[in-house]
Amino acid sequence: MSQVQLQPGPNEPGSQLPIQLSATAESAQRRFLLSRGNSATADRFFSWLMLLCGVSIFVIVALIAFELVVRSQLTWHKFGLGFFYRSFTDPNTHLTTYWDPVNQLFSARPFVYGTMVSSMLALLIAVPLAIGLAVFLTEMCPRVLRSPLAFLTELLAAIPSVIYGLWAVFVLVPLLREHVNPLLVNLLGWTGLFTNDNPTGLGYVAAGTILAIMILPIISSLTREVMIAVPHSQREAVLALGATRWEMIRMGVLRNARIGIVGAVILGLGRALGETMAVAMVIGATPEIHKSLLSNGSSMATVIANEYAEAVGDMHLSALTEIGLALFIVTIIVNFFAQLLIWGVTRGTPAQAR
Amino acid sequence: MSNGRSDYRAQLRNVTDHMVTALAVLATLIVVAPLIAIFGYLVYKGANSLNLAFFTQIPKPVGESGGGMANAILGSAILLGVASAIGIPIGIGAGIYLAEFGRGTKLANSIRFTADVLNGVPSIVMGLAAYSLIVVPKIPFLPFTGHFSAMSGGVALGFMMIPTVCRTSEEMLLMVPNAIREAALGLGVPNWRSVLSISVKTASPGIITGCMLAFARVAGETAPLIFTALGNQFWSASLNQPIAALPLQIYVYALSPYDDWHRLAWGGSLVLIILIVLAVSLVRFVTSRGVLKGNS
Repeated sequence: MSQVQLQPGPNEPGSQLPIQLSATAESAQRRFLLSRGNSATADRFFSWLMLLCGVSIFVIVALIAFELVVRSQLTWHKFGLGFFYRSFTDPNTHLTTYWDPVNQLFSARPFVYGTMVSSMLALLIAVPLAIGLAVFLTEMCPRVLRSPLAFLTELLAAIPSVIYGLWAVFVLVPLLREHVNPLLVNLLGWTGLFTNDNPTGLGYVAAGTILAIMILPIISSLTREVMIAVPHSQREAVLALGATRWEMIRMGVLRNARIGIVGAVILGLGRALGETMAVAMVIGATPEIHKSLLSNGSSMATVIANEYAEAVGDMHLSALTEIGLALFIVTIIVNFFAQLLIWGVTRGTPAQAR
Repeated sequence: MSNGRSDYRAQLRNVTDHMVTALAVLATLIVVAPLIAIFGYLVYKGANSLNLAFFTQIPKPVGESGGGMANAILGSAILLGVASAIGIPIGIGAGIYLAEFGRGTKLANSIRFTADVLNGVPSIVMGLAAYSLIVVPKIPFLPFTGHFSAMSGGVALGFMMIPTVCRTSEEMLLMVPNAIREAALGLGVPNWRSVLSISVKTASPGIITGCMLAFARVAGETAPLIFTALGNQFWSASLNQPIAALPLQIYVYALSPYDDWHRLAWGGSLVLIILIVLAVSLVRFVTSRGVLKGNS
């Protein structure tokens, strides 16, 4: 390679010109090979380009974090950590308020509450159904049905949030208002969690129900994946001891897959926390805290969607951005733990093998 | 089975088994029911409102009947074009880096982790970030900055595409047998050429699948567009102006009190869902055959 400097640059078009007469046959050959084969520059350029693409992911996440932190400084300095739990007294009416853009009073408490309540409701509804579906699909389902059902749940995951919201506004909410909510009040009214003071049908229950439908596919498909990852020998061993199918599922499959299932549930929680549009359309959008699950509320993601475009003043913008920052951090932590748990179970098994 | 007690226990176990089976079937039915309800209602409501005007006219003012969502369809197409132009090359490039150059290195692992983080970022937060990055600051020589614009919405959607494209590309490239790479290199093909014409080409059905999945995912995104693309009642194809988008229009119309707008919202939803179902089915069709069978 010492001759490289003497030659014209290996990638220049000039190096491919016909061999000069004065050159010996050997050096001409070498020169020809070098001109075709040496692509060190191109290779290096290409690998740097690809590295750049990879590193740009870092840059994007860092930019997001940076912008959110910088633009939420105002409320951070004014309210500190109390932003997420404190309450205020309205100077005029002397009632408790949390969110009053006109008087520059901002506390994220009703939104944190709304996010937690609606996500928990969603998990409460979705988790048993998702596990039931996963058990059915992996252990009981006839082969003919398996792939169409899996495809259907995949479709459920692909429907955009805003269409769920549209459907919820025109179908789910009237249904809840006319039939389900009165039933809940009658049956569970004694708990104090269901009071009949909201005639709209919007609220935490509506939000939780639509969220449950939305996070079901992700929980169910991940649960299926971890259940498939349980070795067949486990099932066979339990069956060989005379277990029924349910005992086999309980002892052979669910017990081995439980950590992964917890991971799937946490990942579903991560989705539910950040879900915006469908919830924004049915939760009612009032910055208040009510004990009744049937009353209107608001959540962290929805308040940003509802107010950001028409926010008044820097403090309001900053408060909304800080809620966004909190959402960003919480979803990162939640997703991290979920991934950790799922990796622990499915590591070493190819995805979707069976 | 000889005495009564063990008979009883066996019966109990059998009954439990059947009950659990019934419960699992019930759960499946409960899951499938809303899906069918949503699709059925969507087709029923949407088909009634789809006509030629829907695809050729812009919304009429409140009170006049008729009108369509042609500007929103064009707007969505432009936004998705911008998003794909940003998300797909960067995503595939990052995937190539992870699978071909950085295998097993610390840097690659942390990029992979960051991509997963980016994937989990709620779409509304992505909108916030795009707003702070592009809509607020007035950057010299970039005419789309400093105000609501189609470009800012496209960037937000493009960022959301990157992790999906990157991770599927990586997975698909990892499945390309090493022997093929070695054969190419053994023939004296430069490395960059071997990556592009051998590895990427072999994995291309899978990579295209990843791109379609990412596309289908951002096609219905509304939250990042609310305060970036903002929406527009009129024709606009400029990247520097606010632009209409199908999901955004559906959101606004769904919450409006006018029946005519509800009708348009249902029509728009049907168009959107047909687009997405086509993409997902195509993905399933592609992945169920060919060299890369069994992985998606």
